[in-house]
Amino acid sequence: MASAAAAGAPPGPAAPRGRKSVTGTRRTVAALFLLPALVLLGALVVYPIGYSLVRSFYNASGDGFAGFDNYKTLFTDDGIRTALKNNVLWVVFAPTVATALGLVFAVLTERVRWGTAFKLVVFMPMAISMLAAGIIFRLVYDQDPDKGVANAVWVGVHDTFAQSSAFPKAHPGRDSPLVAQGGGFVTRTAVHAGRPVALPLVGVAPDQLPDGAAKAAAARPEPGKVTGTTWQDFTRGKGVGRLGAPDPSEVGYAGMRIEAVKDGTVVASTEASGDGTFTLPAAADGAVLRLPASNFREPYDGVDWLGPALVTPSIIGAYVWMWAGFAMVLIAAGLAGVPRELLEAARVDGATEWQVFRKVTVPLLAPVLAVVVVTLMINVLKVFDLVFIIAPGSSQDDANVLALELYRKGFAEGRPGVASAISVFLLLLVIPVMLFNIRRLRREVRR
Amino acid sequence: MHSESSTFRTHRAVTTLTALLAGALVLTACSGGDDDKKKDDGGASGGATASTVTLPKLDGARLEVAAVWTGAEQANFKKVLAEFERRTGAKVTFVPAQDPIINFLGSKIAGGQPPDVALLPQPGAIKQAVDKGWAKPLGPEAGKELAENYAQGWQDIGKVGGKQYGVYYKAANKSLIWYNAKVFENAGAQEPKTWKDLLTASRAVYDSGVTPFSVAGADGWPLTDWFENVYLSQAGPEKYDQLAQHKIKWTDPSVKQALTTLAQLWGKKDYLAGGQTGALQTEFPQSVTQTFSGGDQPKSAMVYEGDFVQVNIGETKAKVGTDAKVFPFPAVGSAAPVVSGGDAAVILKDSKAAQALATFLASPDAATIQAKLGGYLSPNKNVPVSAYPNPVQQKIAKALVASGDDFRFDMSDQAPQAFGGTPGKGEWKDLQDFLKNPQDVAGAQAKLEKDAAAAYGNGS
Repeated sequence: MASAAAAGAPPGPAAPRGRKSVTGTRRTVAALFLLPALVLLGALVVYPIGYSLVRSFYNASGDGFAGFDNYKTLFTDDGIRTALKNNVLWVVFAPTVATALGLVFAVLTERVRWGTAFKLVVFMPMAISMLAAGIIFRLVYDQDPDKGVANAVWVGVHDTFAQSSAFPKAHPGRDSPLVAQGGGFVTRTAVHAGRPVALPLVGVAPDQLPDGAAKAAAARPEPGKVTGTTWQDFTRGKGVGRLGAPDPSEVGYAGMRIEAVKDGTVVASTEASGDGTFTLPAAADGAVLRLPASNFREPYDGVDWLGPALVTPSIIGAYVWMWAGFAMVLIAAGLAGVPRELLEAARVDGATEWQVFRKVTVPLLAPVLAVVVVTLMINVLKVFDLVFIIAPGSSQDDANVLALELYRKGFAEGRPGVASAISVFLLLLVIPVMLFNIRRLRREVRR
Repeated sequence: MHSESSTFRTHRAVTTLTALLAGALVLTACSGGDDDKKKDDGGASGGATASTVTLPKLDGARLEVAAVWTGAEQANFKKVLAEFERRTGAKVTFVPAQDPIINFLGSKIAGGQPPDVALLPQPGAIKQAVDKGWAKPLGPEAGKELAENYAQGWQDIGKVGGKQYGVYYKAANKSLIWYNAKVFENAGAQEPKTWKDLLTASRAVYDSGVTPFSVAGADGWPLTDWFENVYLSQAGPEKYDQLAQHKIKWTDPSVKQALTTLAQLWGKKDYLAGGQTGALQTEFPQSVTQTFSGGDQPKSAMVYEGDFVQVNIGETKAKVGTDAKVFPFPAVGSAAPVVSGGDAAVILKDSKAAQALATFLASPDAATIQAKLGGYLSPNKNVPVSAYPNPVQQKIAKALVASGDDFRFDMSDQAPQAFGGTPGKGEWKDLQDFLKNPQDVAGAQAKLEKDAAAAYGNGS
């Protein structure tokens, strides 16, 4: 498609009536000079477009005429529909956001001393190939906060407000006296004073146990009080060991919160000490013990950036990162051409900076902004590499765009007919934007 | 690694350039070690290799061999070619091909210069090559060599319409579960023999504070391989073949049973590293490395895939055989499954030299050379098990050869590519959706059947 855009070369001078043109060149000589370019354009641009058009009317193997079947597929295939929908999202958001950011950068960098250095930094991503940028952002958006910087920041912010707990994966082992309830665990039966309670769980990784954890000890019975132990009922290398009783090398759940519940209300609560033992007052007699859900809150693992819902916005983000610099440079060039005295006049007339920006700078920059948006639109219509690389296989379908679907239909599924139809469709989408650009260019030349 | 369907290779090649780069470094390191070993063997693998196959003198003949292998694998294969050159005097050039190799060959043939011999990774590709009239049948010498060295099953998948076209030079055993030995020891878990034992072992691992499984859900193909193992063992080889040819529908009760069985693992959020959503973003190389790094607290204890997992284990500090161990995929039904893949040599330009090369590749001599270099598995039953460089490789090879005719070729590799080999489409996508929502067995079946019907229906 890019070459198609290039094909829209500025038209030659109007043909003269005589044998010689205005400049006095013979037609044959002119043709001779034009020939190499025409042959190249014909072989590399016109012929492929023409052949794609023809191919789009043939079936998969290429030997049977298929009529409009491929075009019918184009509008009924689920994959292509998602691709279309995503392409609309891309065309609407990517160019506008990139241009808006570019405008802001351009206007602001004009006023800072280190503007050039700043511009250099913002422009730098343009020097990176799409493929490399794709790999970079694949890592940025990685789900694991230890790898993906986006989630590292997000999780960091989240965890300063909501701490995760020490026993996220704890769960009852075999024949446990505990049952799951509302994210926590409760004892099956009521507990009684003077009879030590065992609250064994398993599944906490040894290196995640809290620092204060010590060897688990069996609780001693105390008259008038409910005592017990909560500990990791798992001996390394041996499995559970003695079921339901602390073995020598098993570790107490230091800091585990325990609540005594009677008829749905908490009557007493405490925290286990280092060896997992705990003591509750007499009020707990006859209640069931509950290990509330706050003990087991899973560590927050961040936003699912590349999941089905967010994958397209995430990739658009990567695109904006690359192309905002491009927009900024073009707009900054336009800005340099804006007559200063107009801005000065507005300021003298008492306009605020915001008004100057809105009512003077932006209208004066409108032609440049249009060029940038349109160029980016053409660019975005054929976006492929970023989507192909960043989206993991499981959400590639959700991130699908037309160019990617073209590739998949043509080269992975072996349906070149449908792929050709997509390419023709893409060409049709690009043509109006292209015409707009050409017309604008012509007007520019005339001016 | 390359018996996987082609698209995965291209896709992954781009997405995990970095990982591959690291892998390449490790591979070089590995092959260095193997070289040492080879030297220890002295002349055994060099000039004095006992010749079991007679080859004609081919001085002055030139051959081109195309395959998609890269890195150490390519280097090792070139050593096999060098031995062929030494014995016959022919000159063999290796042509690196791109995926999908069938398209690569198409353009070569259209250009009038096909390679003499190509190694094709799927039975479907052989059939395609025969249908298009590209492949030439094997001669009597190669046929004799095949009959002597290969189980009937391996001969049959190289046949199209009763004629022998392919020599399965390389095989992959895709019925293996790799585990972190330290974690199993800590948890007191045993290598399981049956699916029930596997669930018990998973439970023990989970109770010890480690997540049992890494499932590479970002890539679709490991999911299809999971399914194939369960299905082959549970429903039996006949049903497996019928389903592979889409003679029974995916809405069949046997499929339902297999998916329900799978859901016993996939349905437990705590049994999968990262839960279901995390698994869907885990790519195959990562699923392996996260199982074998992180000391005795790795992200998971077990990872399922074929013998090529070794290559990725090489990226970690774990040592195959001591830190990283392997057991065959447990029996879900009456017998343990053996799902395999492989690359077959097919002649594209018939000549005496090409036939001789096919004969050589079918002989134990060729396979033994590459077996000694590691990272390779041969379906040739006359390759001595001792030729493989380490006990793990020997165990895998033994399991593959012992399965005789009972092995089955990877189902998704037999299916049309639109169904069995396209990222984000067909079976890959449907099983990913199933992993996301393992309760919806009926919904998954319906989607699988819809996609299968479309893909098998138009056949293109």
